[in-house]
Amino acid sequence: MLYALKIAARYLTASKAQTALLVLGVAVGVFIFIFMSALIGGLAEFILSRTVGDLSHVTIEAEDPDPAILIHPGGQVLAVIERGRARTASLSEAATFIPLIETVPGVIAVSPQITGAGFLARGAQVAQVSVTGLEPGRESDILDLDGYMTQGSVRLGSGLIVLGEALAEDMSLRLGQTVRLQSSTGVSAVLTLSGLYDTGNGLIDGSSIYVSLSTARTLFALPQGVTRIEIKLRDLNDADAAALRIAALTGLDAEPWTEGAEQLLEALDAQAQTGVFLKSFALITIVIGVASALLLSTYRRRPEIGIMRAMGAGRGFVVFVFVTQGALVGLMGGVTGAALGYLALLPFPSREDFEVGTLPMDITQGSYGLAITLTVIGAILASILPARSAARVDPVTAIGQ
Amino acid sequence: MTALLEVSELVKTFGTGEAETRVLRGLSLVLAVGEMAALLGPSGSGKSTLLTILGTLMKPTSGRYAMLGQDLVSADDTELTEFRNRHIGFVFQFHNLLPDFTALENVVFPTAVREGRETAAARARGRELLTRMGLEARIDFPSANLSGGQKQRVAVARALMNRPELVLADEPTGNLDRASAMQVMDLIAEINRDEGTTFLISTHDEKIAGLCRRQIVVGDGVVTG
Repeated sequence: MLYALKIAARYLTASKAQTALLVLGVAVGVFIFIFMSALIGGLAEFILSRTVGDLSHVTIEAEDPDPAILIHPGGQVLAVIERGRARTASLSEAATFIPLIETVPGVIAVSPQITGAGFLARGAQVAQVSVTGLEPGRESDILDLDGYMTQGSVRLGSGLIVLGEALAEDMSLRLGQTVRLQSSTGVSAVLTLSGLYDTGNGLIDGSSIYVSLSTARTLFALPQGVTRIEIKLRDLNDADAAALRIAALTGLDAEPWTEGAEQLLEALDAQAQTGVFLKSFALITIVIGVASALLLSTYRRRPEIGIMRAMGAGRGFVVFVFVTQGALVGLMGGVTGAALGYLALLPFPSREDFEVGTLPMDITQGSYGLAITLTVIGAILASILPARSAARVDPVTAIGQ
Repeated sequence: MTALLEVSELVKTFGTGEAETRVLRGLSLVLAVGEMAALLGPSGSGKSTLLTILGTLMKPTSGRYAMLGQDLVSADDTELTEFRNRHIGFVFQFHNLLPDFTALENVVFPTAVREGRETAAARARGRELLTRMGLEARIDFPSANLSGGQKQRVAVARALMNRPELVLADEPTGNLDRASAMQVMDLIAEINRDEGTTFLISTHDEKIAGLCRRQIVVGDGVVTG
């Protein structure tokens, strides 16, 4: 059907201004499609990076053993030993698992931690805190502590403590001053404030403190192992698959961030669906535009269609000519719109450099190929009705026009 | 005399009920191979309807029509389209060229549409026909830029492109000045004589009709002379 393609192309080039307008209309639709894809995708990335980016993507936590119970030979439970408030469970073989976990594809950081509750006291002031013991040198592997530091250093060492500016302010603490930390197990340590951070998250800034892993061992009386392993992935969307792989590899219960984040995922899903609607409207506009323009062209070229039919062109040939016109318009409009969309997105900062107050446009999520493909398909579908109408033209009537 | 086409008892009606108009009323006609016939008759006599049916662009309401031994009344649209392309050429009063194509592209259309592309052989045949029509200097001209006479000569070349056995011409000179009209008729006569192509030319012009060896007069939907 090379000849039908030639005729379709000739018809388009014969009315250059009309074709240019039509292609421009399609291109605008594709531009909106790409702009929306980049915006919705970028917004999702932005929200995820702000909410989950600083969290562990996969977490392995030591599970407390089931409480001991005393059962009567008759089957009745006579006594239950309640769980203690203090954490007693640990991942005693963490040192063995960590190198294994690091080999899992997509894993970029593994952070062994000892976590627990405690009280921070300075003079008469006491604050309940959440204590995290981190391995020196891996302080910023999960939460980018280094990036949030406002004073001092993130480097954790023996006898040092890093805490949020909000908490420091509450307790009137300044860098270099000492503070007493008592763990939930009752062990106390006097620590020197070596760094202050401000994440912007009130919960973290007001109640989380960081010490070295060795300090945490002392505080929580955990001579070996850790209580928790946090894992960061290159792509947080791979968390479910990575958690399954890690669980299979280690036999431990690896939990992806998506568990317990249903509300966030629902919100993102709703946002994505909004994007789908907006993009669908853009596509519908393209389809209507192409269909109406080709219908007009069909009407205008009725005498020519009649001549072609008289000269021996079959109905299929006529359909092919007009469908090919639609496909060419879709392709040209799609490529033009995609190029315009790409150029328009270039000035926006990359996903790594999103800033508050700017549109979080992600140029990599423009769905360029999809936009062009859907546009061509849409334009082909839009041209079927005019093409069928053209094929039904009665040559006798058309030639007489 | 070998018959090229044969129609008998051809009836064509348009509309239904009180609005029904019977244009052909049992027309019968035989056209021999190599004939050059003029189709005469007043307006509304059914000349154009007959040409349209003979050109397989319209089916009769009843009657028989066979050409080259093939029954064209019972054939479907695809068969008729293919038959038309291979065996019948058309020349219309208003040339009816494709305006966005060159003279050569218009001429090769009937072959290209059948073969799916413009072959070198088709282009060579097209050039040869246009040269024969005295249009060698206008081969690659956009058809819209040609004069009326030139356009009609391109239309004659197009009608001959697939070496059809029958060329139907509906008032081919009706829109031309006398000189151009005679030029076109001379070409038609030359092709009829040299290649044996059968021509059926509908005309009101007695002079044009006089150039044809046979005159068929249609009146009130039948052949009257």
